[in-house]
Amino acid sequence: MTNEKQTNLPELAKRIRQHCVRMTGKANASHIGGALSAADLLAAIYGKALRYDPQRPDWPDRDRFIMSKGHACSALYAVLAESGYFPLERLETFYQNGSPLAGHVMHKNVPGVELSTGSLGHGLPVATGMAIAAKRDGRPSRIFCMISDGECDEGSVWEAALFAPHHKLDNLIVIVDYNKIQSLGAVKEVIDLDPLADKWRAFGWAVRELNGHDVHVVEEAVTQVPFEPGRPSCIVAHTVKGKGVSYMENKLLWHYRAPMGDDMTKALSELDGCE
Amino acid sequence: MRTAFIKELFELAKQDERIVLIVGDLGFGVVTPFMEQLPKQFLNAGVAEQNMTGMAAGMALSGKIALTYSIANFPTLRCLEHVRNDVCYHNANVKIVSVGGGFTYGAMGATHHAVEDIAVMRALPGLVVVAPGDPVEARAATRAVIAYHGPCYLRLGKAGEPVVHQSPIEFELGKAIRLREGKDVTLISTGGILLNVVRAAELLQKEGIQMRLLSMHTVKPLDTEAVLAAARETEAIFTIEEHSILGGLGSAVAEVLAEADGIKVPFKRIGLPSAFSPHIGSQEYMQECHGLTGEAIAKTVASALRTVTSGLVREGQ
Repeated sequence: MTNEKQTNLPELAKRIRQHCVRMTGKANASHIGGALSAADLLAAIYGKALRYDPQRPDWPDRDRFIMSKGHACSALYAVLAESGYFPLERLETFYQNGSPLAGHVMHKNVPGVELSTGSLGHGLPVATGMAIAAKRDGRPSRIFCMISDGECDEGSVWEAALFAPHHKLDNLIVIVDYNKIQSLGAVKEVIDLDPLADKWRAFGWAVRELNGHDVHVVEEAVTQVPFEPGRPSCIVAHTVKGKGVSYMENKLLWHYRAPMGDDMTKALSELDGCE
Repeated sequence: MRTAFIKELFELAKQDERIVLIVGDLGFGVVTPFMEQLPKQFLNAGVAEQNMTGMAAGMALSGKIALTYSIANFPTLRCLEHVRNDVCYHNANVKIVSVGGGFTYGAMGATHHAVEDIAVMRALPGLVVVAPGDPVEARAATRAVIAYHGPCYLRLGKAGEPVVHQSPIEFELGKAIRLREGKDVTLISTGGILLNVVRAAELLQKEGIQMRLLSMHTVKPLDTEAVLAAARETEAIFTIEEHSILGGLGSAVAEVLAEADGIKVPFKRIGLPSAFSPHIGSQEYMQECHGLTGEAIAKTVASALRTVTSGLVREGQ
């Protein structure tokens, strides 16, 4: 289920980032910053943790991954293509007229996408429903759900956060891509989430905080779930918005701006040199 | 209707373990047998309708037939975008069940008046909208929505409504039930107001007006054939609903009539104005306040018919 390409996680993460830059740049689309912050997390999840078969996207016992931060769709499409769900060339159609690859995660005609997202706060409740269904049916499926930090402003996230530990859903894993910047500013200035890990702990989750750009640390965590039997797992991944491209890192502007022209060239050359 | 629904669902769930009933911490005394005897098919989401609806979608996408159950506007308006994106867009096999359509909870105040739900739910792509007229229809509707693969909204009344259908009915989603045949006027009813509409038809009949009466239990997809047949075969059409006249049954019927070729039929919507009711009280009291008793409906119909007739006379001069 994993191929050779994916066993090299830094390489996979780099390729995801390169795809994201090309896709958003060509499309003049927003949200490159939050895609780059998620790239290492996605590489580790798809490269090492997730049990899936791109030939059988409907395999009932598969693990599910839900990208609840739907605006970071370019990173998900990239990792799905890298994982064999559809040809890499299709990424070139991103955001173009008539393409299935929309500017938020959409499931129609995109194999491997479990849930269309784009309005924040939807992924975790749906993931929770999938987790409880798997438990009740005695299936081995685990449900991974990535949410953004700004998304933690949504009440529905906390409705699910309350529910899952009560029902001992240890097949549910939430990954918070904590890149510290949301739509209109720094998370700390908009609505401070800290202490974020403590909040999840207080709700009954088994929590690990880690550097979301150390793929091997992420790999270790996502392959060791559940962290505690009988509890859902939460990974608070400290990340950097725009990670991997110097001029984008920690810049709110790159929640919106697309890397076009010279910006794209510079981004790709920086990514090419990184390891 | 509530009792008919839960009894029927309980029987169906015993036969089909895919059925899961998810409640929003409501249904005291109603869902207890289900909860106790089918615990693996029951879930209390707590007071959290967004999560309830999202979870239902997640369970449905994992092969379940998931029902969300709450009262009044809670399983519909409170979590509307979850219904739209998670349920409808994914064509998830979720049945949204609301108890307390219209003024069932009239005394509880405006928060509990569910009088825009049909309009709002009808606007969502791919959602079948069903408002049965009595316990017999509620039971049949429960069977029908479970058998149907896809998102449905089932709008129920309360417990203990009188049975309107004294003989067995043929129930099919999207197909109106004809309760009475007459050539003068067609009354089209949806939801629990059916009893009052039957009463109105009886009163009008006494005045010599021949009534056709349709129970339009499915508002979407609408039985357009039945509407057009009524327009061709009778002299006037009235819709009656315990719901705003904006967007509900009346609007659905009006849309069909307005676009139909060569149809010109007097038409009136009887329902609630687009306003918060200034009243609170029992369902019967609320119906009195809003002109929705059998007598009031009959009066409105008769008066509208007189206007139409005098208009026709003037045209004739």
